[in-house]
Amino acid sequence: MIPASITPKTSPLKASTLVPLILFLGLALVPVYAQVFDDRFMMLFATRIAVLAIAVVSLDFILGFAGLVSFGHAAFIGIGAYAIGILSEHDIWEAWISFPVALAAGGLFALITGAISMKTRGVYFIMITLAFGQMAYFTATSLSAYGGDDGLTMWGRTEFFGTNLFANDISFFYLVVGCLAASYLLLRIFTGSRFGRVLAGAKQSELRVEALGISPYRYRLVAYCISGMVAALAGALMANQAEFVSPSAMSWHRSGELIVMCLLGGLGSLHGALLGTIAYLALEEVLSGTTEHWRLIFGPLLVLVVLYGKGGLIGLVTRRPGK
Amino acid sequence: MSFTLLAVQTLNGLQLGILLFLIAAGLTLVFGVMDFINLAHGVQYMLGAYLAVAAFQFTGGFWSALPLALLAALACGLLLEVLVFRRLYDRDHLDQVLATFGVIIFLNELVKVVWGAAPLSVPLPLYLDWSVPLTDTLSYPVYRIALIVAGLLVAVLLYGLVTRTRIGMLVRAGASDAEMVAALGVNIRRLFMLVFGFGAMLAGFAGILAAPIFSVEPGMGDNLLILAFVVIVIGGIGSIRGAFVSALIIGLVDTLGRSFATDIARLALPPSAANDVGPALASMLIYILMAVVLFVRPSGLFPVSSK
Repeated sequence: MIPASITPKTSPLKASTLVPLILFLGLALVPVYAQVFDDRFMMLFATRIAVLAIAVVSLDFILGFAGLVSFGHAAFIGIGAYAIGILSEHDIWEAWISFPVALAAGGLFALITGAISMKTRGVYFIMITLAFGQMAYFTATSLSAYGGDDGLTMWGRTEFFGTNLFANDISFFYLVVGCLAASYLLLRIFTGSRFGRVLAGAKQSELRVEALGISPYRYRLVAYCISGMVAALAGALMANQAEFVSPSAMSWHRSGELIVMCLLGGLGSLHGALLGTIAYLALEEVLSGTTEHWRLIFGPLLVLVVLYGKGGLIGLVTRRPGK
Repeated sequence: MSFTLLAVQTLNGLQLGILLFLIAAGLTLVFGVMDFINLAHGVQYMLGAYLAVAAFQFTGGFWSALPLALLAALACGLLLEVLVFRRLYDRDHLDQVLATFGVIIFLNELVKVVWGAAPLSVPLPLYLDWSVPLTDTLSYPVYRIALIVAGLLVAVLLYGLVTRTRIGMLVRAGASDAEMVAALGVNIRRLFMLVFGFGAMLAGFAGILAAPIFSVEPGMGDNLLILAFVVIVIGGIGSIRGAFVSALIIGLVDTLGRSFATDIARLALPPSAANDVGPALASMLIYILMAVVLFVRPSGLFPVSSK
């Protein structure tokens, strides 16, 4: 039995199964649409969304759920991407080697920086994670053997037991969506477990959790590492998608964008993050197609979402039947 | 690494520090007193610079443009406060981040629409358009020295205002416990608006001062915003003194780091590696500094709030 405080307050349990089901079904049907209408752009666009959504969901896990605002999350994406890029530079293309390396690198970075960052609270935590993100960014710009500022072009994609599963548009898309679904489910299982309840409890009141004899520090650190590894997975897929790795994937702009996508969708439900990513990228794409100065519309839209759409887009979707 | 180079770079570092202080002062007050994270504060700096350009084109002189641009910057700040920010004070920090991020996107684009994407500039003001000779071959522009002096004057003024006047007392009280100040019968909304407008004007002032020496372009406030956040976090949120000290530290560390990091890296590394590591290390320096400060003192150098 899941206590009421674990499920998002405004959404009945039904909506929290229905919304992700619809979103994933929609994603899974994109290749069908692309085949019928011969729309390769849609295919690539959906891939881009799904890859980024993995990172945004992983951010929501620590931000929305555990209340840890990481402003350096793009660093994990970059580390995952660079792991793939650097290994490919040394002619290692096998996914069974490169993906575990990417995940381990992301997890290790999260362990070290998280252990230090969690000494601080609130805004100071935001800023110290920014600091580590910037350090990772500038380290990447100094890797002149691997492209430095200009980035690293990969001459192909990761192989899967020697097959080129990654090279085909459709199979790569389903691989990405599969990773997204797996990450989503895994994190959702975590949020429902005892582990997740400690995190959510510590977000509400650290004192009370401590009074129960539990130190939230280790739980938070583990959550941070899991989140970092999932974001590194997104990075590893992103490197394959673009066949290019560059420091700009780690810039603070990107970290900020990830937070904005999370907030736009609505915090703490994981599928809100997915919805936020889709909405952000789709809005950007549609608006930038209509006018050169689309940001004049996009900016105020974000303000309006905050002022009138409490709880992000997911709040708008799930509140309707109830109230 | 000669003495004159060191002197010039120290002056440049002080100059960056002063600009950062002018931006960070408003940011730290708004944050400390109202508990409001205003990402759009960097945009105020950009607006100041653009308003200086516009006012210069209107009046034809820097000295007559200065008060005009300053008033316009204040008006812009108050307009934003009334239209958007006022509604955000009671909200979550993250709501504030999202909304003010939207404001940044909007204003960066608006500036592009009104003034174009190409960088603009303002000529050096009359009486300050000459240089002080340092050596036979090297001279330093007097405007940059004037900028440092102007910033120091503002710092002294601000310090007096905050520590010696009734308004300043309320601001300090607000920074340590805003609710209690309101309970004691102070009109906290009006105090908030005052602090906000003043902070916006200071950031605008920094932009006006920067207009003659940096290129005025869309997005010019974004990177300075991050630096200003580094400054207020190191200094301790809500502390003007902390903002001043850490702004100068950040300005000097960043500027001197950029000019000497490669040379220093050469002492320990082979030249080719040093050429790679130097610039990256220089850019990282302030972030390393921030991480160390926060690790040792989790609430900054001069903590204010008792919360």
